[in-house]
Amino acid sequence: MMQHAPALIVLIPMLLAPLVAMLRSPGAGWALFTAGAAGSFALSILVLEQVWSGGVVSYAMGGWVPPFGIEYRIDLANGLVLAVVSGIALLVAPFARASVAHEISEPRQYLFYACMLLCLCGLLGIAATGDAFNVFVFLEISSLSAYGLIAMGRSRRALLASFQYLVMGTVGGTFLLIGIGLLYAVTGTLNMADIAERLPATYDSRVTHAAVAFIFVGLSIKVALFPLHQWLPSAYAEAPSAVTAFMAATATKVAAYAMLRFADTVLGEALVFEQLPVGEIGVLLACVAMIAGSLVAIFQQDLKLLLAYSSLAQIGYIVLGIALGTADGASAGLLHVVAHAVVKCGLFVVAGVVIYRLGSERLDALNGLALRMPGVFAALVICGMGLVGVPATAGFVSKWALLQALIAEQAWVAAFTMLGSSLMAVIYIGVLIERAVFRAPDTSLSDTGITPLGAKLSLAALAVLTVLIGLWSDPIAQIANGAGAGLFEAGR
Amino acid sequence: MNLLAILLLPLLVAIGVGLFGERARNLRDGFTVLGGVVLAGLVAMQIAPVLAGVRPELVLWDMLPGLAIAFRLEPLGLLFACVAAGLWPITSLYAFGYMRAHHEHNQTRFFICFAIAISAAMGIALAANLITLFLFYEVLTLSTVPLVMHHGNENAKAGGRTYLGVLLFTSIGLLLPAIVWTYHLAGTTDFAAGGILTGLASPQTLGVLYGLFLFGVGKAALMPFHRWLPAAMVAPTPVSALLHAVAVVKAGVFCVLKITVLIFGLDMLAVAGAGQVMMVIAAFTILAASIVAMAQDNLKRRLAYSTISQLAYIVLGATLASSVAATGAGLHIVMHALGKITLFFCAGAIYVTHHKTNVSDLDGLGRQMPWTFAAFGLASLSIIGLPPFGGMWSKWWLSLGALDAGQAWVVAVLAVSSLLNIAYLLPIVVRGFLRPAPADDQCDKHQHGEANLAMVAPLTLTALACVAAFVFAGPIVALLQEAIK
Amino acid sequence: MSDVLGFYPYIAVAILLMIGLYTVMAHSNLVKKLIGLSVFQSAVFLMFISLGRRDGGTAPIAPMEHGHAVVDPAIIYSHPLPHVLILTAIVVGVATTAVGLALVVRINESYRSIEERDALASDRKVDEQLDQAG
Repeated sequence: MMQHAPALIVLIPMLLAPLVAMLRSPGAGWALFTAGAAGSFALSILVLEQVWSGGVVSYAMGGWVPPFGIEYRIDLANGLVLAVVSGIALLVAPFARASVAHEISEPRQYLFYACMLLCLCGLLGIAATGDAFNVFVFLEISSLSAYGLIAMGRSRRALLASFQYLVMGTVGGTFLLIGIGLLYAVTGTLNMADIAERLPATYDSRVTHAAVAFIFVGLSIKVALFPLHQWLPSAYAEAPSAVTAFMAATATKVAAYAMLRFADTVLGEALVFEQLPVGEIGVLLACVAMIAGSLVAIFQQDLKLLLAYSSLAQIGYIVLGIALGTADGASAGLLHVVAHAVVKCGLFVVAGVVIYRLGSERLDALNGLALRMPGVFAALVICGMGLVGVPATAGFVSKWALLQALIAEQAWVAAFTMLGSSLMAVIYIGVLIERAVFRAPDTSLSDTGITPLGAKLSLAALAVLTVLIGLWSDPIAQIANGAGAGLFEAGR
Repeated sequence: MNLLAILLLPLLVAIGVGLFGERARNLRDGFTVLGGVVLAGLVAMQIAPVLAGVRPELVLWDMLPGLAIAFRLEPLGLLFACVAAGLWPITSLYAFGYMRAHHEHNQTRFFICFAIAISAAMGIALAANLITLFLFYEVLTLSTVPLVMHHGNENAKAGGRTYLGVLLFTSIGLLLPAIVWTYHLAGTTDFAAGGILTGLASPQTLGVLYGLFLFGVGKAALMPFHRWLPAAMVAPTPVSALLHAVAVVKAGVFCVLKITVLIFGLDMLAVAGAGQVMMVIAAFTILAASIVAMAQDNLKRRLAYSTISQLAYIVLGATLASSVAATGAGLHIVMHALGKITLFFCAGAIYVTHHKTNVSDLDGLGRQMPWTFAAFGLASLSIIGLPPFGGMWSKWWLSLGALDAGQAWVVAVLAVSSLLNIAYLLPIVVRGFLRPAPADDQCDKHQHGEANLAMVAPLTLTALACVAAFVFAGPIVALLQEAIK
Repeated sequence: MSDVLGFYPYIAVAILLMIGLYTVMAHSNLVKKLIGLSVFQSAVFLMFISLGRRDGGTAPIAPMEHGHAVVDPAIIYSHPLPHVLILTAIVVGVATTAVGLALVVRINESYRSIEERDALASDRKVDEQLDQAG
């Protein structure tokens, strides 16, 4: 059983998805989704533990030895990402039950859970695989199910948002495919470790350079790095609340991991950061994203849009870490993946609860929240502080690591840009909290009166996790440090 | 063990206050004072062992690899802890009088936040490294925001925004990079005697880093990051008294002093000359804030600018990089705390009893409130620095320190500033006692008289403490010399 | 000269890529966008297939004897792997087109148009009405 764990992490959701589609029952769908997420999460933790104590775990799919067969190769970096993605799925699950019942028509609910399982499978697959082409396949699995999920949003705008995402996403995915094809043309292999070994001989080939360009542009679309981010705000704002909470915490993060993997391991830092100016471009775009995203977020009147633009800025932090091209930067990026996943998931669940109870996602709906829903308000404050990066919350840990990596590289402008963006986060989170405390509740919105128990569970877990990671991040930071070093080692 | 008790006791009080709530307000208030007295006792018990060289430590766990949440009691921190813990029960007593007389709403929330703020101040005092210090520094900022915004009206919100904005901007934008930079240079953030940066960076780098630290500790209200202090005056007066005259601002200057002595080290700072620029800025702040204070008619705002000016004394003492000046700076933390809290107590008593906030309305009020105005007068004299009041000693040591550091012009700055202190503080007392009350007020049937006992008792006590500090300054100096040697 | 001619499939790939991408960006009609997307993807399929070609190569099918494949070194086989990969990619492409078309049908139902411009304008109108009402 344990030796098949790397494959099972991905296979459990994959196999449960058709089962859910066949059972046609929302209740069973939710139960299986929760069970699938829990199963994957438990196995991820087991595998991560195994990697921590015993080094890289390699799994030959179907018994075909690498590099001929597809290899699943789990080191600390993707072990951490696997745990985060499946963990977030598990944490979103309790909230999803009531939210989906509220936002999606009964006959479609089972399809929703089937799509969620497929999306989860795709995201876990990207993280687990050690095969470049497999990344593309899983990327498309997750994207295709995401298009379906977003289209299930409450208004007709969701359809348009989904279509726009489909166009951008497919272009991005195809760019990645071109890049992988070119890599195959110069190295004759698709196994990541194998490519890494053979590629240095072709560092001066223009085909290799083109491959680098295609891969990073393709992944930048998936990460939603400025200026390729246009799909993200509308997709996040229009998607059903549970989808937004799940995707915001996982989809872009997994793409960021893929970026990290390609940059540091597959293509190698010598090519990406020393020979080609990918790092400089990345730092520049990340800085613009951090400022522009936060700035636009300040002026939003729609809660989900505000959080979506804030995500753009936070993605900037992650990309900044990656683009530094150092092990410290990579581990800071990974830490921020974890921190931001937890924090932003919590905030989107807050938005989901507000929509559930008041039926509106305008900022006006937050007025008087502190009295109306004190528990939800507490979660908003805690996760909001996590986003700002107040000490003793998850956000502080990753910002500390990132700042340290930036100072080590003497990247002062980027460091102060990052801090500036954090201060802008104070403003937009402050606006939310001030509304919640001081404004009188909007009486035109009828309150359904109860926060579903599942949502309470999700919120409580995410808020506690935000503080817990903030106060005791030693284990995660150790894993991230090991992961950062491991990524570079594998590339050499 | 004792350290944990010191940290957790205020939190326990916060929980107790929350449990008692508005329904059992007498129990709640009694519990707060009792907690305060016990805390003050606990802290005071540490004085003798620390003077004898004992340095209790407490390491909780690693927050980040190699960066532990750790506490260590050293003399400087103990001094700050004594000031904050000692004045907490007195202020609590005063706060009950004030809040009840004023029929404030949300008193429970108020006392909970107050207790958390004290806990954060204890955390700052005991922090063994910069990261723990930063953690509690931010807790202190955030826990005091509800207190500043207590009234909930537009004015309070605007004040709260400025308060939060300036303090978070400086701490995230300047202090955090400074800490990370220090960690990058030294590989540790632990406070250590003699500093941890010796020989690790060029004088220019150190100068920039020192600037980042001093401006980054926004609570020290060094110009141009002083705006939050007047803005915070929208808070109820007990908040202004304890937090914005003692705990919060003193946390700021205490951080400055601690960072100067235990991160940079006085010797290295003196050699590298890294403090020169900051010295000029501090001197400028002293004079500029005093002049602005003279122009303020609102009593609390005048006191706020006076605080800014007095805080800069302490920063100046730190930047002089001489052990004598640093002793003076440490002394000033205590002396100014005693004086300024009295002044704020008086301002609150005047406001609650007579609803007067402006200096120009105080004519003749001294005859109705003799105790209050007498206390105000005593505290003013202490702030000005005349014997036999505690304030004299700190200015004495600061002046000696300036000469010791070869910066004679600083003595001139101190002298001019003392004159300015006279100009903006004493007229208030003079108005109260010597000027006749305005005619229409005479006809007022409501002769409110003196404030209630719960307010008069604390302010009399702190005013007397200003005198006592003159006589018993010895132990404080001993503690400081233990810290700086 | 022979270099350029030798690369002619790749030149075709580049041209098709451009046509596809241009169509996606330039047209407001959602169906046309999807067509552009398909052209774009097909170009990539073509590229992969070209990678697998070898001069004079034949289909890589080896006869089985006694359960073992017998490979004749004299025969030139074209490279099988790109073909397999592209089979997968084609499936992905078909799925994408299908989802896209389904979305267009739904968009047509709710907006009564398959022009992106019209749909956005209609949404804007709703916003303005809401703003005026609020």
